[in-house]
Amino acid sequence: MHEGLNQWDYVVAALAIGVVGTLLLVGWSLAAMVRAERRRDKVKGK
Amino acid sequence: MHGFANPARFLRLARWLMPLLLVPGLVLALGALAWGLLMVPPDRLMGDTVRILFIHVPAAWLGMAGWSTIAISSIVELVWRHPLAGIAARAAAVPGAAFTAICLATGSIWARPTWGTWWVWDGRLTSFLVLLFLYFGYIALASAAQRDAASGGGASRVTAIFGLVGAINIPIINRSVVWWNSLHQPPSITMGKSAIDATFLVPLLIGALGFSLIFGGVVLMRMRTLLANIQAEARLRRKAMA
Repeated sequence: MHEGLNQWDYVVAALAIGVVGTLLLVGWSLAAMVRAERRRDKVKGK
Repeated sequence: MHGFANPARFLRLARWLMPLLLVPGLVLALGALAWGLLMVPPDRLMGDTVRILFIHVPAAWLGMAGWSTIAISSIVELVWRHPLAGIAARAAAVPGAAFTAICLATGSIWARPTWGTWWVWDGRLTSFLVLLFLYFGYIALASAAQRDAASGGGASRVTAIFGLVGAINIPIINRSVVWWNSLHQPPSITMGKSAIDATFLVPLLIGALGFSLIFGGVVLMRMRTLLANIQAEARLRRKAMA
């Protein structure tokens, strides 16, 4: 390939962005859902 | 369809459907990435960078699927005034934007060793970047509409119309590599046909299925979040007026 670049550096960087990004999305959505449902139940006085 | 207009019925369905989407989705997606990383041979032309496509291609599909979900839900919201359609559209925006950003980042990383550049302003890359900006605009508009709804305004319709108008970009992204000269390769997978060898195609499709299930699970979580916020705000308003 070009300039003798080590392709594996790019592979690892891309997969890390994909996996970490997806896990952050799932974790953040789950935390937001739990927080919102707890607040709703608190407001309802459950 | 209107059977699910009742939020209580929808929540019952979402509670058991969510883990059914998320758990197999994570197993399939991570399994397909490990398969692509460890078991697939290097490509004749791309070498080892072909492994990046196991995350890049599903992210591209989901970036476009996210906006298609927004457009379809916006039609249902505008035409049938389905109460959950607007919530579904708003719920699809953040995961859609996230997968669009992942697609752009991984594509750029793939391009550097393969094309010799991080970025070119060609039809496919530019229209995909426009998609990311459309998501940002939609998320900002939906957030403003939520505040407006609390004061009895009608900005929700403006958000739905923006969702519909933005859908014009989806066929442009899809056809960009056919309409304009591009460094990006033409479509490798079309209806019922594939130019990709089974060695690469099988883990790619398994990964796409896994990430699609994750996307579905995240949309359900975001819908539950939005519904819970709406219910809490309504209860607080009633308490304030009593």
